[in-house]
Amino acid sequence: MRSQEPRSTSSCAACKLLKRRCTPNCIFAPYFRSDEPKKFAKVHKVFGASNVSKILIEVPEEQREDKVNSLAYEAEARLKDPVYGCIGAIALLQRKMIQLQHDLTLARVCLARYTATPSAIGGTNDQVMTEPFGDFPAGCGGSIESFSQNISYELNQEAHVCCFSEIPYV
Amino acid sequence: MSSGRCAACRYLRRRCTGDCIFSPYFPSNNPQRFVSVHRIYGASNVSKLLQRLPPHLRAEAADSLYLEAQCRLQDPVYGSVGLIFQLQQQIHAAESQLVKTQAEIAVMKSQAQHPQARQAESDFSNLLLLQQFDNDANLSFSNQVSSGFN
Repeated sequence: MRSQEPRSTSSCAACKLLKRRCTPNCIFAPYFRSDEPKKFAKVHKVFGASNVSKILIEVPEEQREDKVNSLAYEAEARLKDPVYGCIGAIALLQRKMIQLQHDLTLARVCLARYTATPSAIGGTNDQVMTEPFGDFPAGCGGSIESFSQNISYELNQEAHVCCFSEIPYV
Repeated sequence: MSSGRCAACRYLRRRCTGDCIFSPYFPSNNPQRFVSVHRIYGASNVSKLLQRLPPHLRAEAADSLYLEAQCRLQDPVYGSVGLIFQLQQQIHAAESQLVKTQAEIAVMKSQAQHPQARQAESDFSNLLLLQQFDNDANLSFSNQVSSGFN
C-alpha cells in the first residue's frame, strides 16, 4: 500500500506558477501568498524567478517584504508602460516638482511685495528643496530630464503616482 | 570578428549576429551598462522586453531599464520606488507651502484693498480693550470697597 504522505499546505503563488513543490523553506512563500497569484506573475514576467530569488537573498530577511513589494510595484509599472516603467512616473513627478517650485517662488515674490520685507523671499526655515534629485545615482549615463522631454506615454503615468501601499495586489 | 561584439554578447560569450537585439543599445564601450541590466532583469527578460516593442522605442526602453537597474543596485530594498516616495513627499510639502503662501497673499490683498475695513477692525479691537480696562478697574474698586467692609 502506498504510504500516505501528510498533505502539504498549499503551494505559494510562485511555486504554483512554476509548477513545483513548495518546500517549507521556500524563499518565495512568505512574500507571494497563494491568494495573490498576479503579484508573482508580474514580478516573474519582468524580473524572472531566478533573478528574484537571487535579489531576495541579497537583503536581510526583515527587509525582504519591502523589497518584494517594491519589485512588484516596478513590475506593474513596467508592464503598464513597457518603454519607461517607473522612470516615467519619476519624470512626471520631477516636472510637477519643478512647476511647484516655480509657483512657490512667484508666490513668495508676490507676498514680499505686500510685506515689503526682503527676508520673505525664500528665506524661511521650511524652504522647499531645490534639488529633488540630489541623491539620484551618479553615472547613470542619462538624465531623467531627457525622459521628461521625450515621454509619450505620460497619460498612463498618473496611475503610478500613488502611495506604495495603495497599489492593489490581485 | 570578436571585436565587433556588443557588450551583451561579450558578457554572454556568444557570437554577436547582425540582428542582435542588444547591440544597438549595449555598445561594447560601456560594458557596465549591460552588466547592471542583466543583474536585475536577466538577459533573456531584457531581450523579450525589447522584442515586444517597436524598434523606434527600444532605445528609450533600454535607457529606462538601465536607470531602474542602477536605482535598484544603489538601493537594493526600494530601488526607483524609493525615489518616487521621496518625490511624493517633497511635492506634498511644496503644495502645503504654496497653499499657505497663497493664503497669506489673500489676507494681505484683502487688507490692502479695504483699508476702511482694516481701520474698523482696529477700532473694534481697541474698543474691546477699553471695555476690558473698565471692567478691571470696576472690579478693583469693588474689591477695595468690599475689603473695606471686612
